[in-house]
Amino acid sequence: MTGPGGAPGSPVFDAVVVGAGPAGSAAALALARAGRSVVLVERGPFPGSKNVYGGVVYGRVLDEVVPEWWKQVPVERWVVRRSTMMMTGTQSVSVDYRSAAWGQAPYNGMTTLRSRFDSWMAAKAVEAGAVLVTSTVATHLLRDAGGRIAGVRTDREQGELWARVVVACDGVNSFLAKEAGLMPVAEASHHTLGVKEVLELPRHIIDERFGLRGDEGVDIEMLGCTRGIPGGGFLYTNADTVSLGVVLSLPHLAEAKVRPEELIADLRNHPSIAPYLRDATLREYSAHLIPEGGYDAMPVMVTDGMLVAGDAAGMTLAAGLWLEGVNFAIGSGLAAGRAIDRAIAAGDCSARGLASYRADLEGQFVLADHKRLRKAPGLVLSERIQQRYPGLVCDLVEGMFTVTNPTPKRGGLRVTRSAAAKHGVKLRQMAADATRAARIFG
Amino acid sequence: MSPPTGALGGANPVPGGPWRGISFEDRMATVEFRVGARAHIVVDSDVCRSCTTQVCVTACPANLFAPTSDGGILFNYEECFECGTCYMVCNHEGAIAWTYPDGGQGVVFHHG
Repeated sequence: MTGPGGAPGSPVFDAVVVGAGPAGSAAALALARAGRSVVLVERGPFPGSKNVYGGVVYGRVLDEVVPEWWKQVPVERWVVRRSTMMMTGTQSVSVDYRSAAWGQAPYNGMTTLRSRFDSWMAAKAVEAGAVLVTSTVATHLLRDAGGRIAGVRTDREQGELWARVVVACDGVNSFLAKEAGLMPVAEASHHTLGVKEVLELPRHIIDERFGLRGDEGVDIEMLGCTRGIPGGGFLYTNADTVSLGVVLSLPHLAEAKVRPEELIADLRNHPSIAPYLRDATLREYSAHLIPEGGYDAMPVMVTDGMLVAGDAAGMTLAAGLWLEGVNFAIGSGLAAGRAIDRAIAAGDCSARGLASYRADLEGQFVLADHKRLRKAPGLVLSERIQQRYPGLVCDLVEGMFTVTNPTPKRGGLRVTRSAAAKHGVKLRQMAADATRAARIFG
Repeated sequence: MSPPTGALGGANPVPGGPWRGISFEDRMATVEFRVGARAHIVVDSDVCRSCTTQVCVTACPANLFAPTSDGGILFNYEECFECGTCYMVCNHEGAIAWTYPDGGQGVVFHHG
Protein backbone atom coordinates (compact mmCIF):
# COMPACT_ATOMS: atom_id res chain seq x y z
CA MET A 1 0.00 0.00 0.00
CA THR A 2 1.21 3.47 -0.80
CA GLY A 3 2.26 5.70 2.04
CA PRO A 4 1.32 3.81 5.20
CA GLY A 5 2.46 4.96 8.58
CA GLY A 6 2.90 8.54 9.58
CA ALA A 7 2.03 9.94 12.94
CA PRO A 8 -1.00 11.96 13.93
CA GLY A 9 -0.41 15.53 12.89
CA SER A 10 1.81 14.64 9.95
CA PRO A 11 -0.52 13.96 7.05
CA VAL A 12 0.75 11.83 4.20
CA PHE A 13 -2.02 12.55 1.74
CA ASP A 14 -3.97 15.72 1.17
CA ALA A 15 -7.09 13.55 1.08
CA VAL A 16 -8.19 9.98 1.45
CA VAL A 17 -11.43 9.19 -0.38
CA VAL A 18 -13.32 6.13 0.80
CA GLY A 19 -15.35 4.38 -1.88
CA ALA A 20 -14.62 4.38 -5.63
CA GLY A 21 -18.22 4.85 -6.69
CA PRO A 22 -19.20 7.89 -8.77
CA ALA A 23 -19.00 10.26 -5.77
CA GLY A 24 -15.60 9.04 -4.63
CA SER A 25 -14.04 8.96 -8.08
CA ALA A 26 -15.38 12.44 -8.83
CA ALA A 27 -13.91 13.76 -5.57
CA ALA A 28 -10.57 12.08 -6.24
CA LEU A 29 -10.56 13.42 -9.80
CA ALA A 30 -11.21 17.00 -8.72
CA LEU A 31 -8.48 16.79 -6.07
CA ALA A 32 -5.90 15.18 -8.34
CA ARG A 33 -6.56 17.74 -11.07
CA ALA A 34 -6.00 20.48 -8.50
CA GLY A 35 -2.58 18.95 -7.83
CA ARG A 36 -3.52 17.46 -4.45
CA SER A 37 -2.27 14.06 -3.38
CA VAL A 38 -5.20 11.69 -3.01
CA VAL A 39 -5.70 8.02 -2.33
CA LEU A 40 -8.99 6.38 -3.36
CA VAL A 41 -9.87 3.31 -1.29
CA GLU A 42 -12.33 0.71 -2.64
CA ARG A 43 -13.45 -2.34 -0.70
CA GLY A 44 -14.45 -4.34 -3.78
CA PRO A 45 -12.00 -6.01 -6.16
CA PHE A 46 -12.80 -3.33 -8.77
CA PRO A 47 -14.84 -0.11 -8.77
CA GLY A 48 -18.56 -0.80 -9.15
CA SER A 49 -18.34 -4.39 -7.93
CA LYS A 50 -20.49 -3.59 -4.87
CA ASN A 51 -22.86 -1.26 -6.64
CA VAL A 52 -26.33 -1.65 -8.10
CA TYR A 53 -28.57 1.04 -9.51
CA GLY A 54 -32.02 1.53 -10.96
CA GLY A 55 -30.80 2.13 -14.39
CA VAL A 56 -30.29 5.60 -15.88
CA VAL A 57 -27.31 7.94 -15.63
CA TYR A 58 -28.07 11.54 -16.59
CA GLY A 59 -24.74 12.55 -18.03
CA ARG A 60 -24.60 16.33 -18.28
CA VAL A 61 -22.76 16.51 -14.96
CA LEU A 62 -19.92 14.69 -16.77
CA ASP A 63 -19.22 17.83 -18.83
CA GLU A 64 -16.93 18.79 -15.97
CA VAL A 65 -15.23 15.39 -15.99
CA VAL A 66 -14.30 15.12 -19.65
CA PRO A 67 -15.39 17.12 -22.71
CA GLU A 68 -17.56 15.10 -25.11
CA TRP A 69 -17.76 12.32 -22.53
CA TRP A 70 -20.42 10.59 -24.63
CA LYS A 71 -17.76 9.53 -27.10
CA GLN A 72 -16.00 7.38 -24.53
CA VAL A 73 -18.37 6.60 -21.66
CA PRO A 74 -19.26 2.86 -21.44
CA VAL A 75 -22.91 3.32 -22.47
CA GLU A 76 -25.32 0.45 -23.01
CA ARG A 77 -28.11 2.47 -24.65
CA TRP A 78 -29.20 6.12 -24.84
CA VAL A 79 -32.68 6.52 -23.39
CA VAL A 80 -34.93 8.01 -26.09
CA ARG A 81 -38.21 6.69 -24.70
CA ARG A 82 -39.48 7.15 -21.18
CA SER A 83 -42.67 5.61 -19.97
CA THR A 84 -44.54 5.95 -16.68
CA MET A 85 -46.90 3.04 -16.15
CA MET A 86 -49.66 2.88 -13.56
CA MET A 87 -50.87 -0.64 -13.08
CA THR A 88 -52.97 -3.19 -11.27
CA GLY A 89 -52.49 -6.93 -11.52
CA THR A 90 -54.27 -7.03 -14.90
CA GLN A 91 -54.35 -3.46 -16.23
CA SER A 92 -51.94 -0.66 -17.07
CA VAL A 93 -52.06 2.94 -18.21
CA SER A 94 -48.88 4.42 -19.64
CA VAL A 95 -47.71 7.93 -20.29
CA ASP A 96 -45.11 7.39 -22.96
CA TYR A 97 -42.68 10.04 -24.16
CA ARG A 98 -40.21 9.65 -26.98
CA SER A 99 -37.73 12.19 -28.24
CA ALA A 100 -35.32 12.16 -31.17
CA ALA A 101 -33.30 14.85 -29.38
CA TRP A 102 -32.52 12.45 -26.54
CA GLY A 103 -30.80 10.19 -29.07
CA GLN A 104 -28.27 12.85 -30.06
CA ALA A 105 -25.32 14.43 -28.28
CA PRO A 106 -25.20 15.60 -25.54
CA TYR A 107 -28.05 13.15 -24.89
CA ASN A 108 -30.26 13.06 -21.80
CA GLY A 109 -29.98 9.71 -20.06
CA MET A 110 -28.05 6.51 -20.65
CA THR A 111 -28.22 2.98 -19.40
CA THR A 112 -24.91 1.50 -18.32
CA LEU A 113 -23.60 -1.20 -16.00
CA ARG A 114 -21.98 -0.04 -12.80
CA SER A 115 -19.01 -2.40 -13.09
CA ARG A 116 -18.10 -0.59 -16.32
CA PHE A 117 -19.24 2.93 -15.54
CA ASP A 118 -17.70 3.11 -12.06
CA SER A 119 -14.44 1.61 -13.36
CA TRP A 120 -14.40 4.24 -16.11
CA MET A 121 -14.91 7.05 -13.60
CA ALA A 122 -12.17 5.67 -11.33
CA ALA A 123 -9.80 5.40 -14.31
CA LYS A 124 -10.35 9.12 -14.94
CA ALA A 125 -9.28 9.85 -11.36
CA VAL A 126 -6.22 7.62 -11.74
CA GLU A 127 -5.27 9.30 -15.04
CA ALA A 128 -5.37 12.62 -13.19
CA GLY A 129 -2.98 11.30 -10.54
CA ALA A 130 -5.12 9.70 -7.83
CA VAL A 131 -3.88 6.45 -6.29
CA LEU A 132 -6.55 3.74 -6.42
CA VAL A 133 -6.32 0.97 -3.82
CA THR A 134 -8.89 -1.80 -4.33
CA SER A 135 -9.85 -4.80 -2.16
CA THR A 136 -9.37 -2.63 0.93
CA VAL A 137 -11.94 -1.76 3.59
CA ALA A 138 -11.68 1.49 5.53
CA THR A 139 -12.68 0.06 8.88
CA HIS A 140 -12.37 3.09 11.18
CA LEU A 141 -11.50 6.75 11.32
CA LEU A 142 -8.09 7.80 12.59
CA ARG A 143 -7.93 10.79 14.90
CA ASP A 144 -5.02 13.00 15.85
CA ALA A 145 -3.96 13.84 19.44
CA GLY A 146 -6.64 16.53 19.54
CA GLY A 147 -9.37 14.09 18.52
CA ARG A 148 -9.75 15.56 15.03
CA ILE A 149 -10.33 13.15 12.12
CA ALA A 150 -6.97 12.59 10.43
CA GLY A 151 -7.35 9.58 8.15
CA VAL A 152 -8.70 6.05 8.06
CA ARG A 153 -7.59 2.68 9.30
CA THR A 154 -7.89 -0.06 6.68
CA ASP A 155 -7.93 -3.82 6.91
CA ARG A 156 -4.49 -4.01 5.28
CA GLU A 157 -1.41 -4.72 7.36
CA GLN A 158 0.00 -1.39 8.58
CA GLY A 159 -2.95 0.03 6.73
CA GLU A 160 -3.29 3.44 8.36
CA LEU A 161 -3.87 6.17 5.80
CA TRP A 162 -3.26 9.63 7.25
CA ALA A 163 -4.70 12.59 5.43
CA ARG A 164 -5.68 16.21 5.93
CA VAL A 165 -9.24 15.40 4.92
CA VAL A 166 -11.30 12.22 4.67
CA VAL A 167 -14.07 12.09 2.07
CA ALA A 168 -16.68 9.50 3.06
CA CYS A 169 -18.20 8.19 -0.16
CA ASP A 170 -18.78 4.81 1.41
CA GLY A 171 -22.34 4.38 0.29
CA VAL A 172 -25.80 4.05 1.76
CA ASN A 173 -24.65 2.23 4.90
CA SER A 174 -21.82 4.75 5.52
CA PHE A 175 -20.11 3.44 8.61
CA LEU A 176 -17.71 6.38 8.52
CA ALA A 177 -20.49 8.99 8.69
CA LYS A 178 -22.00 7.05 11.60
CA GLU A 179 -18.64 6.75 13.38
CA ALA A 180 -18.07 10.48 12.95
CA GLY A 181 -21.45 11.14 14.53
CA LEU A 182 -22.78 12.85 11.40
CA MET A 183 -25.65 10.49 10.80
CA PRO A 184 -28.20 9.54 13.39
CA VAL A 185 -29.04 5.84 13.57
CA ALA A 186 -30.03 4.47 10.17
CA GLU A 187 -33.80 4.83 9.87
CA ALA A 188 -35.46 2.01 7.95
CA SER A 189 -38.25 4.40 6.98
CA HIS A 190 -35.80 6.53 4.98
CA HIS A 191 -34.61 3.58 2.95
CA THR A 192 -35.93 1.37 0.20
CA LEU A 193 -34.64 -1.97 -0.96
CA GLY A 194 -34.02 -2.31 -4.68
CA VAL A 195 -33.93 -5.82 -6.13
CA LYS A 196 -33.06 -6.34 -9.75
CA GLU A 197 -32.91 -9.05 -12.36
CA VAL A 198 -30.70 -8.57 -15.38
CA LEU A 199 -32.33 -10.62 -18.11
CA GLU A 200 -30.57 -11.68 -21.25
CA LEU A 201 -32.18 -11.30 -24.69
CA PRO A 202 -30.63 -11.01 -28.14
CA ARG A 203 -30.05 -7.41 -29.09
CA HIS A 204 -32.31 -7.51 -32.15
CA ILE A 205 -35.14 -8.97 -30.05
CA ILE A 206 -34.83 -6.07 -27.60
CA ASP A 207 -34.88 -3.64 -30.55
CA GLU A 208 -38.00 -5.23 -32.01
CA ARG A 209 -39.98 -5.62 -28.80
CA PHE A 210 -39.34 -2.11 -27.52
CA GLY A 211 -39.36 -0.34 -30.89
CA LEU A 212 -35.71 0.69 -30.78
CA ARG A 213 -32.94 1.13 -33.33
CA GLY A 214 -29.16 1.21 -32.98
CA ASP A 215 -28.18 2.32 -29.50
CA GLU A 216 -31.61 3.69 -28.55
CA GLY A 217 -32.99 2.59 -25.19
CA VAL A 218 -36.16 2.77 -23.10
CA ASP A 219 -36.86 3.46 -19.44
CA ILE A 220 -40.18 2.32 -17.95
CA GLU A 221 -41.10 3.36 -14.40
CA MET A 222 -44.01 1.57 -12.77
CA LEU A 223 -46.43 2.32 -9.98
CA GLY A 224 -48.96 -0.07 -8.46
CA CYS A 225 -47.02 -3.28 -9.02
CA THR A 226 -45.79 -3.93 -5.49
CA ARG A 227 -48.85 -5.42 -3.73
CA GLY A 228 -49.47 -2.19 -1.87
CA ILE A 229 -45.94 -2.00 -0.45
CA PRO A 230 -44.85 1.61 -1.05
CA GLY A 231 -42.36 1.65 -3.91
CA GLY A 232 -42.46 0.90 -7.60
CA GLY A 233 -41.02 -1.05 -10.47
CA PHE A 234 -38.57 -0.32 -13.25
CA LEU A 235 -37.48 -1.74 -16.58
CA TYR A 236 -34.47 -0.50 -18.54
CA THR A 237 -32.99 -1.77 -21.76
CA ASN A 238 -29.26 -2.40 -21.88
CA ALA A 239 -27.44 -3.49 -25.05
CA ASP A 240 -28.27 -7.21 -24.83
CA THR A 241 -29.93 -7.40 -21.44
CA VAL A 242 -32.97 -5.87 -19.78
CA SER A 243 -32.89 -4.70 -16.15
CA LEU A 244 -36.14 -5.42 -14.33
CA GLY A 245 -36.70 -4.66 -10.69
CA VAL A 246 -38.72 -3.30 -7.83
CA VAL A 247 -37.98 -0.74 -5.15
CA LEU A 248 -39.66 -1.37 -1.79
CA SER A 249 -40.09 0.68 1.37
CA LEU A 250 -38.10 -1.22 3.99
CA PRO A 251 -40.48 -1.07 6.97
CA HIS A 252 -43.46 -1.94 4.78
CA LEU A 253 -41.62 -4.81 3.12
CA ALA A 254 -40.74 -6.17 6.54
CA GLU A 255 -44.31 -5.80 7.76
CA ALA A 256 -45.82 -7.41 4.66
CA LYS A 257 -43.63 -10.50 5.08
CA VAL A 258 -43.38 -10.90 1.32
CA ARG A 259 -40.14 -12.04 -0.22
CA PRO A 260 -38.66 -9.40 -2.54
CA GLU A 261 -38.03 -11.74 -5.47
CA GLU A 262 -41.74 -12.67 -5.42
CA LEU A 263 -42.53 -9.09 -6.36
CA ILE A 264 -40.15 -9.16 -9.32
CA ALA A 265 -41.83 -12.39 -10.39
CA ASP A 266 -45.20 -10.58 -10.25
CA LEU A 267 -43.81 -7.94 -12.54
CA ARG A 268 -42.19 -10.39 -14.92
CA ASN A 269 -45.54 -12.18 -15.21
CA HIS A 270 -47.65 -9.06 -15.61
CA PRO A 271 -49.62 -9.06 -18.87
CA SER A 272 -48.13 -5.65 -19.78
CA ILE A 273 -44.53 -6.76 -19.09
CA ALA A 274 -44.34 -10.51 -19.75
CA PRO A 275 -44.46 -10.23 -23.59
CA TYR A 276 -41.35 -8.01 -23.54
CA LEU A 277 -39.38 -10.62 -21.62
CA ARG A 278 -40.55 -13.92 -23.05
CA ASP A 279 -37.74 -16.51 -23.19
CA ALA A 280 -35.29 -14.21 -21.43
CA THR A 281 -32.68 -15.88 -19.23
CA LEU A 282 -31.48 -14.57 -15.89
CA ARG A 283 -27.94 -13.23 -16.13
CA GLU A 284 -27.63 -11.75 -12.64
CA TYR A 285 -29.79 -11.12 -9.60
CA SER A 286 -28.84 -8.26 -7.28
CA ALA A 287 -30.03 -6.15 -4.38
CA HIS A 288 -29.02 -2.85 -2.80
CA LEU A 289 -30.41 -0.30 -0.39
CA ILE A 290 -31.39 3.18 -1.56
CA PRO A 291 -31.44 6.28 0.67
CA GLU A 292 -34.80 7.85 -0.17
CA GLY A 293 -35.35 10.23 2.72
CA GLY A 294 -34.41 13.26 0.64
CA TYR A 295 -33.34 16.68 1.86
CA ASP A 296 -34.77 16.42 5.36
CA ALA A 297 -33.12 13.06 6.13
CA MET A 298 -29.58 13.92 5.04
CA PRO A 299 -26.72 13.68 7.53
CA VAL A 300 -24.49 16.56 8.54
CA MET A 301 -22.08 16.69 5.58
CA VAL A 302 -19.11 18.57 6.98
CA THR A 303 -17.07 18.15 10.14
CA ASP A 304 -13.47 18.86 11.10
CA GLY A 305 -11.32 16.93 8.62
CA MET A 306 -14.16 15.12 6.86
CA LEU A 307 -16.83 15.53 4.17
CA VAL A 308 -19.63 13.16 3.17
CA ALA A 309 -20.82 12.74 -0.44
CA GLY A 310 -23.03 10.54 -2.63
CA ASP A 311 -25.32 7.91 -1.11
CA ALA A 312 -23.40 8.25 2.17
CA ALA A 313 -24.96 11.72 2.30
CA GLY A 314 -28.38 10.39 1.25
CA MET A 315 -28.27 12.09 -2.12
CA THR A 316 -30.39 9.77 -4.24
CA LEU A 317 -33.32 11.79 -5.59
CA ALA A 318 -36.41 9.60 -5.40
CA ALA A 319 -39.06 12.15 -6.16
CA GLY A 320 -41.63 10.23 -8.15
CA LEU A 321 -41.27 11.69 -11.60
CA TRP A 322 -37.54 12.13 -11.07
CA LEU A 323 -35.41 9.17 -10.08
CA GLU A 324 -31.76 10.11 -10.15
CA GLY A 325 -28.70 9.32 -8.11
CA VAL A 326 -25.46 8.78 -10.01
CA ASN A 327 -25.51 12.38 -11.28
CA PHE A 328 -26.05 13.63 -7.72
CA ALA A 329 -23.16 11.48 -6.51
CA ILE A 330 -20.85 12.90 -9.18
CA GLY A 331 -22.00 16.46 -8.53
CA SER A 332 -21.40 16.13 -4.80
CA GLY A 333 -18.04 14.41 -5.27
CA LEU A 334 -16.76 17.16 -7.57
CA ALA A 335 -17.95 19.79 -5.09
CA ALA A 336 -16.21 17.96 -2.23
CA GLY A 337 -12.95 17.91 -4.17
CA ARG A 338 -13.17 21.62 -4.92
CA ALA A 339 -13.98 22.48 -1.30
CA ILE A 340 -11.02 20.49 0.01
CA ASP A 341 -8.69 22.14 -2.49
CA ARG A 342 -9.84 25.55 -1.27
CA ALA A 343 -9.55 24.52 2.39
CA ILE A 344 -5.99 23.24 1.95
CA ALA A 345 -5.03 26.42 0.08
CA ALA A 346 -6.40 28.45 2.97
CA GLY A 347 -4.66 26.22 5.51
CA ASP A 348 -7.93 25.41 7.32
CA CYS A 349 -9.41 21.91 7.06
CA SER A 350 -11.75 22.36 9.99
CA ALA A 351 -15.51 22.30 9.49
CA ARG A 352 -15.36 26.04 9.00
CA GLY A 353 -12.63 25.76 6.37
CA LEU A 354 -14.61 23.06 4.52
CA ALA A 355 -17.96 24.84 4.79
CA SER A 356 -17.89 26.00 1.17
CA TYR A 357 -18.87 22.40 0.24
CA ARG A 358 -22.42 22.78 1.53
CA ALA A 359 -22.78 26.25 0.03
CA ASP A 360 -21.57 24.96 -3.34
CA LEU A 361 -24.13 22.12 -3.27
CA GLU A 362 -26.96 24.49 -2.29
CA GLY A 363 -26.05 26.73 -5.22
CA GLN A 364 -26.22 23.99 -7.84
CA PHE A 365 -28.61 21.19 -8.73
CA VAL A 366 -27.43 18.77 -6.05
CA LEU A 367 -29.10 20.38 -3.06
CA ALA A 368 -31.26 22.85 -4.98
CA ASP A 369 -33.24 19.98 -6.54
CA HIS A 370 -33.39 18.12 -3.25
CA LYS A 371 -34.59 21.20 -1.40
CA ARG A 372 -37.24 21.98 -4.00
CA LEU A 373 -38.49 18.39 -3.90
CA ARG A 374 -38.04 17.81 -0.16
CA LYS A 375 -41.69 16.90 0.38
CA ALA A 376 -41.85 14.60 -2.66
CA PRO A 377 -40.76 11.34 -0.99
CA GLY A 378 -43.60 11.69 1.52
CA LEU A 379 -46.18 12.26 -1.21
CA VAL A 380 -44.88 9.60 -3.57
CA LEU A 381 -44.87 6.93 -0.87
CA SER A 382 -48.25 7.99 0.57
CA GLU A 383 -51.15 5.57 0.80
CA ARG A 384 -53.42 7.01 -1.92
CA ILE A 385 -50.61 7.44 -4.45
CA GLN A 386 -49.35 3.93 -3.83
CA GLN A 387 -52.46 1.89 -3.22
CA ARG A 388 -55.44 3.70 -4.70
CA TYR A 389 -54.56 5.94 -7.63
CA PRO A 390 -52.97 3.32 -9.91
CA GLY A 391 -56.14 1.21 -9.83
CA LEU A 392 -58.35 4.28 -9.96
CA VAL A 393 -56.62 5.58 -13.08
CA CYS A 394 -56.76 2.15 -14.74
CA ASP A 395 -60.49 1.83 -14.04
CA LEU A 396 -61.11 5.38 -15.17
CA VAL A 397 -59.45 4.74 -18.53
CA GLU A 398 -61.18 1.37 -18.82
CA GLY A 399 -64.49 3.10 -18.10
CA MET A 400 -63.82 5.70 -20.79
CA PHE A 401 -62.80 3.28 -23.52
CA THR A 402 -64.87 0.17 -22.88
CA VAL A 403 -67.71 0.32 -25.39
CA THR A 404 -70.88 -0.84 -23.68
CA ASN A 405 -73.36 -0.86 -26.60
CA PRO A 406 -76.30 -0.73 -26.50
CA THR A 407 -75.90 1.16 -23.20
CA PRO A 408 -74.98 4.77 -24.03
CA LYS A 409 -71.64 6.19 -22.98
CA ARG A 410 -71.32 7.74 -19.55
CA GLY A 411 -69.80 11.18 -19.18
CA GLY A 412 -66.24 11.67 -17.96
CA LEU A 413 -67.27 12.99 -14.57
CA ARG A 414 -69.53 10.01 -13.92
CA VAL A 415 -66.79 7.58 -14.93
CA THR A 416 -64.36 9.41 -12.64
CA ARG A 417 -66.84 9.42 -9.74
CA SER A 418 -67.48 5.73 -10.11
CA ALA A 419 -63.75 4.85 -10.36
CA ALA A 420 -63.02 7.02 -7.32
CA ALA A 421 -65.83 5.44 -5.33
CA LYS A 422 -64.67 1.95 -6.22
CA HIS A 423 -61.21 2.74 -4.83
CA GLY A 424 -62.47 4.57 -1.75
CA VAL A 425 -61.23 8.00 -2.81
CA LYS A 426 -63.32 11.14 -2.48
CA LEU A 427 -63.17 13.79 -5.19
CA ARG A 428 -62.12 16.38 -2.63
CA GLN A 429 -59.22 14.13 -1.63
CA MET A 430 -58.17 13.97 -5.27
CA ALA A 431 -58.33 17.76 -5.45
CA ALA A 432 -56.31 18.04 -2.24
CA ASP A 433 -53.66 15.63 -3.55
CA ALA A 434 -53.50 17.53 -6.84
CA THR A 435 -52.95 20.76 -4.93
CA ARG A 436 -50.28 19.10 -2.78
CA ALA A 437 -48.55 17.71 -5.88
CA ALA A 438 -48.69 21.11 -7.57
CA ARG A 439 -47.12 22.68 -4.50
CA ILE A 440 -44.32 20.10 -4.37
CA PHE A 441 -43.54 19.74 -8.04
CA GLY A 442 -44.70 23.14 -9.32
CA MET B 1 -50.32 -17.95 -19.86
CA SER B 2 -47.68 -19.94 -21.70
CA PRO B 3 -45.83 -22.82 -20.05
CA PRO B 4 -42.39 -22.23 -18.59
CA THR B 5 -39.78 -21.46 -21.23
CA GLY B 6 -36.13 -20.52 -21.15
CA ALA B 7 -34.06 -20.40 -18.00
CA LEU B 8 -36.73 -18.54 -16.06
CA GLY B 9 -38.87 -21.61 -16.14
CA GLY B 10 -35.84 -23.82 -16.40
CA ALA B 11 -34.22 -26.61 -14.50
CA ASN B 12 -35.86 -26.19 -11.11
CA PRO B 13 -39.18 -24.43 -11.56
CA VAL B 14 -40.60 -23.34 -8.24
CA PRO B 15 -44.18 -24.10 -7.29
CA GLY B 16 -46.67 -21.35 -7.98
CA GLY B 17 -47.50 -21.87 -11.61
CA PRO B 18 -45.86 -21.09 -14.91
CA TRP B 19 -43.26 -18.36 -15.20
CA ARG B 20 -43.02 -17.75 -11.47
CA GLY B 21 -39.30 -17.85 -11.95
CA ILE B 22 -36.40 -20.10 -11.17
CA SER B 23 -35.57 -21.76 -7.90
CA PHE B 24 -33.89 -19.57 -5.35
CA GLU B 25 -30.78 -21.70 -5.60
CA ASP B 26 -30.52 -21.14 -9.36
CA ARG B 27 -31.23 -17.43 -8.86
CA MET B 28 -28.33 -17.07 -6.44
CA ALA B 29 -26.08 -19.12 -8.73
CA THR B 30 -26.09 -16.14 -11.15
CA VAL B 31 -24.21 -14.03 -8.58
CA GLU B 32 -20.46 -14.14 -7.95
CA PHE B 33 -19.41 -14.42 -4.30
CA ARG B 34 -15.79 -14.48 -3.14
CA VAL B 35 -16.42 -16.03 0.22
CA GLY B 36 -14.06 -15.03 3.02
CA ALA B 37 -13.24 -17.08 6.10
CA ARG B 38 -14.61 -14.49 8.52
CA ALA B 39 -18.37 -14.18 9.05
CA HIS B 40 -19.02 -10.46 8.50
CA ILE B 41 -22.48 -10.68 10.07
CA VAL B 42 -23.04 -12.14 13.50
CA VAL B 43 -26.52 -12.92 14.78
CA ASP B 44 -27.18 -13.29 18.49
CA SER B 45 -29.75 -16.05 18.47
CA ASP B 46 -30.55 -15.47 22.16
CA VAL B 47 -31.92 -12.06 21.25
CA CYS B 48 -33.78 -13.53 18.25
CA ARG B 49 -35.60 -16.00 20.48
CA SER B 50 -37.37 -13.10 22.17
CA CYS B 51 -38.34 -11.58 18.79
CA THR B 52 -41.93 -12.23 17.77
CA THR B 53 -41.73 -10.81 14.24
CA GLN B 54 -38.38 -12.08 12.88
CA VAL B 55 -38.88 -9.88 9.83
CA CYS B 56 -35.31 -10.52 8.64
CA VAL B 57 -36.44 -13.98 7.49
CA THR B 58 -38.60 -12.66 4.64
CA ALA B 59 -37.02 -9.27 4.00
CA CYS B 60 -33.45 -10.43 3.30
CA PRO B 61 -33.17 -10.51 -0.51
CA ALA B 62 -30.56 -13.27 -0.31
CA ASN B 63 -32.75 -15.37 1.98
CA LEU B 64 -29.93 -15.87 4.49
CA PHE B 65 -31.98 -16.00 7.72
CA ALA B 66 -33.73 -19.20 8.73
CA PRO B 67 -35.80 -19.70 11.87
CA THR B 68 -34.67 -22.64 14.00
CA SER B 69 -36.92 -25.07 15.84
CA ASP B 70 -35.99 -23.53 19.21
CA GLY B 71 -37.16 -20.07 18.11
CA GLY B 72 -33.73 -18.71 17.23
CA ILE B 73 -32.29 -17.63 13.89
CA LEU B 74 -29.72 -19.46 11.83
CA PHE B 75 -27.68 -17.23 9.56
CA ASN B 76 -25.42 -17.89 6.57
CA TYR B 77 -23.06 -15.08 5.63
CA GLU B 78 -21.59 -16.65 2.50
CA GLU B 79 -24.03 -15.43 -0.17
CA CYS B 80 -24.75 -11.98 1.22
CA PHE B 81 -25.46 -8.94 -0.99
CA GLU B 82 -24.09 -6.68 1.77
CA CYS B 83 -27.18 -4.49 1.38
CA GLY B 84 -27.94 -3.75 5.05
CA THR B 85 -31.64 -4.67 4.96
CA CYS B 86 -31.33 -7.09 7.91
CA TYR B 87 -29.91 -4.69 10.46
CA MET B 88 -32.18 -1.86 9.35
CA VAL B 89 -35.42 -3.85 9.68
CA CYS B 90 -34.28 -5.60 12.87
CA ASN B 91 -36.18 -4.13 15.79
CA HIS B 92 -34.13 -5.85 18.49
CA GLU B 93 -31.08 -3.98 19.68
CA GLY B 94 -27.92 -6.02 19.39
CA ALA B 95 -29.34 -8.98 17.49
CA ILE B 96 -27.38 -8.33 14.30
CA ALA B 97 -23.75 -7.17 14.27
CA TRP B 98 -22.98 -6.04 10.74
CA THR B 99 -19.70 -5.10 9.07
CA TYR B 100 -18.38 -5.34 5.54
CA PRO B 101 -16.53 -8.48 4.49
CA ASP B 102 -12.74 -8.11 4.32
CA GLY B 103 -11.34 -6.22 1.34
CA GLY B 104 -11.87 -7.95 -2.01
CA GLN B 105 -14.24 -10.51 -0.56
CA GLY B 106 -17.99 -10.90 -0.64
CA VAL B 107 -20.38 -10.16 -3.47
CA VAL B 108 -19.04 -9.09 -6.88
CA PHE B 109 -21.70 -7.57 -9.13
CA HIS B 110 -21.02 -7.51 -12.85
CA HIS B 111 -24.36 -6.13 -14.02
CA GLY B 112 -25.28 -3.86 -11.11
